Amino acid sequence: MNKEIIKIKDLKREFTMGNEIVHALKGISFSITEGEFVTIMGSSGSGKSTMLNILGCLDQPTSGLYEIDGVSVKDLNRNQLATIRNEKIGFIFQSYNLLARTSALENVELPLLYNSKVSTEERKERAFKALEMVGLGDRMGHTPSQLSGGQQQRVAIARSLVNNPVMILADEATGNLDTRTSYEIMSLFQELNEKGITITFVTHEPDIATFSSRTIVLKDGNIIKDYLNKDIQSAATELASLPLEPH
Amino acid sequence: MRLLNLFKIAFKAIVLNKIRTLLTMLGIIIGVAAVIAMLAIGEGSKESIRSTISSMGSNMITVRPGEDDRGPARGSGGDVQTLTLNDYEVIKKKTTLLNYITPVVNGGGQVINGANNWPSTIYGVYPEYLDIKVVGLQSGSMFTDAEVQSASKVVLLGQTVVDNIFPDGEDPIGKLVRFNSIPFKVIGVLEEKGENTFGQDQDDVVIAPFSTVQKRILAIDYLNQIMASATSENDAPEAVTQVTEILREQHKLLDNEDDDFTVRSMEELISTFSSTSEMLTVLLVAVAGISLLIGGIGIMNIMYVSVKERTKEIGLRMAVGGKGSDILMQFLIEAILISITGGIIGVTLGLGSTIFIEKFLHWPTSVALYSIIISFAVCAITGIFFGWYPARKAAALDPITALRYE
Repeated sequence: MNKEIIKIKDLKREFTMGNEIVHALKGISFSITEGEFVTIMGSSGSGKSTMLNILGCLDQPTSGLYEIDGVSVKDLNRNQLATIRNEKIGFIFQSYNLLARTSALENVELPLLYNSKVSTEERKERAFKALEMVGLGDRMGHTPSQLSGGQQQRVAIARSLVNNPVMILADEATGNLDTRTSYEIMSLFQELNEKGITITFVTHEPDIATFSSRTIVLKDGNIIKDYLNKDIQSAATELASLPLEPH
Repeated sequence: MRLLNLFKIAFKAIVLNKIRTLLTMLGIIIGVAAVIAMLAIGEGSKESIRSTISSMGSNMITVRPGEDDRGPARGSGGDVQTLTLNDYEVIKKKTTLLNYITPVVNGGGQVINGANNWPSTIYGVYPEYLDIKVVGLQSGSMFTDAEVQSASKVVLLGQTVVDNIFPDGEDPIGKLVRFNSIPFKVIGVLEEKGENTFGQDQDDVVIAPFSTVQKRILAIDYLNQIMASATSENDAPEAVTQVTEILREQHKLLDNEDDDFTVRSMEELISTFSSTSEMLTVLLVAVAGISLLIGGIGIMNIMYVSVKERTKEIGLRMAVGGKGSDILMQFLIEAILISITGGIIGVTLGLGSTIFIEKFLHWPTSVALYSIIISFAVCAITGIFFGWYPARKAAALDPITALRYE
């Protein structure tokens, strides 16, 4: 049996809005094991974003258990949370969030800058390797404005890989891309997953889920479905079947 | 996170916004340059006053008739006739702290040599005068005590007088000149001293034996002043007290009566003039300091804008593991880099303009090392002080909100 990376038990998150208490997550339990490719789905207001923030250690649960790689997150302070994010999580955002006017390589290096255990040489080398993994080894000197949307997202993926995280957390990572580029990115995710990298993908697009191995559906702060995908589609095949774009 | 990395990040942010950074620095640059230049001017004028006064004899003590006439709305003591030759003799006999002492009478008149004449001032003194004033002779010799006794008609001329009544450059020694209508034989020329800080030409003088001037020219029986020199510069204040006591006794003044004379040492004169120039320096520096403050506010303003503008970047940095302290340091270092760089440029500019002032305006300047050190320190403090609030604001951001910020 694979190692449990994420362990969530009866997790609740409440927000106080004026006099009202909003129950964003109402007692959720699930686990993610190493090597899984999980999609977390749900329409807006389902608690999806709250789930993402907690999974990403940007936010903490009001009650219940959240463990990542054996560390309980609930009682950590801000600095400890930052360290967890730095060492265990790789973030990918819908809008790439690359630093403008900064080369691809430097963008990828960013998480390692905040890790004092990594030397300058090692940092450069790991950033370069990560860029090669996403097929941008020849573009390391380019700034975001010199790259296409798909390439920018690849740089962001390289950035999420560079610290060897236990889990990559993607937030609507294909939301800003056209269909073709989305499939390219999804196929990259599948490739990475095959290499054993755990991926959690938060989205509201149902077709993204068909590429993952497991789907968790949230509604009104509860899990309404949690199933293994028996018929995983290959994004590469889908991409090949797309009609060629007119030139 | 290593400090070096933080420096790199901050440096990059500055380089990416060159124009903006430069404009932000401008306040600091002007402020620092102004402080350096103002202090250099202030120090320079102070030093030049000091050196002028010391060149006039730093041990010198003067006794003038009449009350202390410092301060506004007091009559000049020049016409008061309370000082006599007898006073001089008593002081000379009783004092223990004076090396040299001479009575002085002086009056204006025309120095005439043939067709050339020049308005100047004649001083009637004893030979000790040269030692008191620390003036040497360019040529010739000083008159003797015997010549004073006999009221000889001999004079020594200052260079300005020589230049004006001997325009052809002939040697004045041995020549006859007239002061007003009385003929004098020139026996010496005084060493050139130039203008003093107060713009007075120290070479526009004629010196003659005391008795000659008192009796033959001025026809008075009182003294204009008594000049003396203390045994050392340190003894000067005590000498002033001693002379005052001797004269009070001599003038039979009661305890409740004011002095009818004024004794002053050069040291006092220096401090009188220095305090004026010091006040000016303080004012100048205050103005410069205000511009430095405005420069600091400029930095704060731009850092605040920068934090707002880069909210999303801050969110990202936090998401990938940047701690609050890392973000704080990043912005603080950026602010300090701006202010220190501004400081370096400002110091350079300040030194440059000081040289310019000295070279082209011929104002005396003197750059004090402490003004450079203080300017730098103030810059660093300005950076920390005005960078702190925006940096704190950045560090306190919630990563979730910051990431979603548009």
